[in-house]
Amino acid sequence: MGKTLTEKILGRKAGKDVQAGEVITVSPDYVLSHDNSAAIIQEFRKLGVKKVKAPEKIVIVLDHIVPASDEKYAQNHKSIREFVAEQGIPYFFDINAGICHQVLPEQGFALPGKVIVGSDSHTPSYGALGAFATGIGRTETACTWATDEIWLRVPETMRIDLSGRFRPGVFAKDLSLKLIGDHGAEMANYKAVEFAGPAAGDFSVGARLTLANMSAEMGAKNGYFAPDGKALKWLEGRARGPFVAAASDPDARFESILDCDLGGLEPQVACPHTVDNVKSIGAVAGKPVNQVLIGTCTNGRLEDLEAAAAIFAGHKVHPSVRCLVIPASWEVYREALKSGALAVLAEAGCVILNSGCGPCLGAHEGIMAAGEACLSTSNRNFRGRMGHRDSEIYLASPATAAATAVAGRIADPREFV
Amino acid sequence: MSQGKTWKYGDNVNTDVIFPGRYTYQIMPPEEMARHALEDLDPDFAANVRPGDVIVAGKNFGCGSSREQAAACLKAAGVQAVVAKSFARIYFRNAINLGLAVLQCDEAVDALEKGDAVDLDFARGEIRSAKDTFRFLPLPDSVLGILEAGGLLEYTKKKLEKE
Repeated sequence: MGKTLTEKILGRKAGKDVQAGEVITVSPDYVLSHDNSAAIIQEFRKLGVKKVKAPEKIVIVLDHIVPASDEKYAQNHKSIREFVAEQGIPYFFDINAGICHQVLPEQGFALPGKVIVGSDSHTPSYGALGAFATGIGRTETACTWATDEIWLRVPETMRIDLSGRFRPGVFAKDLSLKLIGDHGAEMANYKAVEFAGPAAGDFSVGARLTLANMSAEMGAKNGYFAPDGKALKWLEGRARGPFVAAASDPDARFESILDCDLGGLEPQVACPHTVDNVKSIGAVAGKPVNQVLIGTCTNGRLEDLEAAAAIFAGHKVHPSVRCLVIPASWEVYREALKSGALAVLAEAGCVILNSGCGPCLGAHEGIMAAGEACLSTSNRNFRGRMGHRDSEIYLASPATAAATAVAGRIADPREFV
Repeated sequence: MSQGKTWKYGDNVNTDVIFPGRYTYQIMPPEEMARHALEDLDPDFAANVRPGDVIVAGKNFGCGSSREQAAACLKAAGVQAVVAKSFARIYFRNAINLGLAVLQCDEAVDALEKGDAVDLDFARGEIRSAKDTFRFLPLPDSVLGILEAGGLLEYTKKKLEKE
């Protein structure tokens, strides 16, 4: 019996043959945390050890509330900077880097075959490059800092075989929403999700990051694409060191296999208040919105900003809409400056904010009042997430977001293609 | 064995409604976390929950953000266990790591309604109510050690002392 990518990576780490269902203890390659490092530091102090065990494995990226919006957040950031200095943690990214899930790939931490755990639920993003990456909690992050090990259950794998091609105006985000809408928000709870099939190789690294990121909304432990030539080329000049790629064997055991034809897909919208409340664009078009958010770890990359810019060309943001644009990282910000995408967005009347999580989690930069609606390219539309519990969040692709910002109501991007 | 009243909710109760994002990056003591528990799902909960109460919910309890306060705030509010049809994986880990019991039992979820009195018997793996007695799935051995130690911090402390 062959092995899945996840069984191979975890088996190599555990130093033995492993299969789905087994519980193993491994020493991860990297442990990610962000602004929540402040809370993790408090837990770490309770353990009674002075030093973290492997400072070179800890990666801290400030991204959730950057720059700090009030004194409490400022104090959190300060305590993190002090801890980084005290512990000699080499990989610290301050408020001018971007969202951790964009920074770790760009900076060459997210590599094929690596095991990465992070105190953030969208850590599975790094599976886009063939890593095993999964989210953990704060207390276990603190304990992993102290012990350099963590227990993991080797997950069963669901394979999604992609075939065909997207029609114009349809993107990876639409695919992820369609899958979650059809199969429910716990379709892959505790499982690994492998994106495979003849069309998998057509997906850009950015689109792979979107899908791996959204696997968290399927409940997945990790989501991934097997690393191919496209992934390896993207990593040239970025990878921080050697790596050993893994891919599933042809005779690996998959718990289930879904077939998905991209050609039949239409733009999708997740409606309030769950990510699996998904409708095709035609069923929600016309709904007025007050705010549009283009950005986040799901859809804030260069190709996302360019897809939005293509819609905005020659158009303005509707006077009743506030359109917020947040490049996922400062590398993306600079690329979008050079490509001209940011100029188009600024000319159209978008408000461009510092790279970071922005209002996605409801902490700052565009919090919504009661009765307001936002269409966002982010990953969650739970009640109250972006502000008042009686505000609404709709999730869609950057193209649908841009079309909506122009129209002042939820709009089909294909009308602009 | 301990007794409490139930609070009943549906499927996919996410961590944003258990503990809203507007408080997530503020560091606050447990009693303050408890005051925000389930704020965006059930505004009556925090003021009326009593120590020993039990939350009963459907599938995928705790989905969404990895925020640990979503487990911590319920524990701080005195909730002794969450009984659900299934749990989102990070929530499950967080709850165990903080010593909050998370029990899977479809039948109990289907039968119990809001306000039912229940007894939880961890030794026998039973949820008892006037309606029936339900058996919950035993927790895997791999996590029992953590629960028995009183949570992951204590478990890790002991491990580090041995080294």
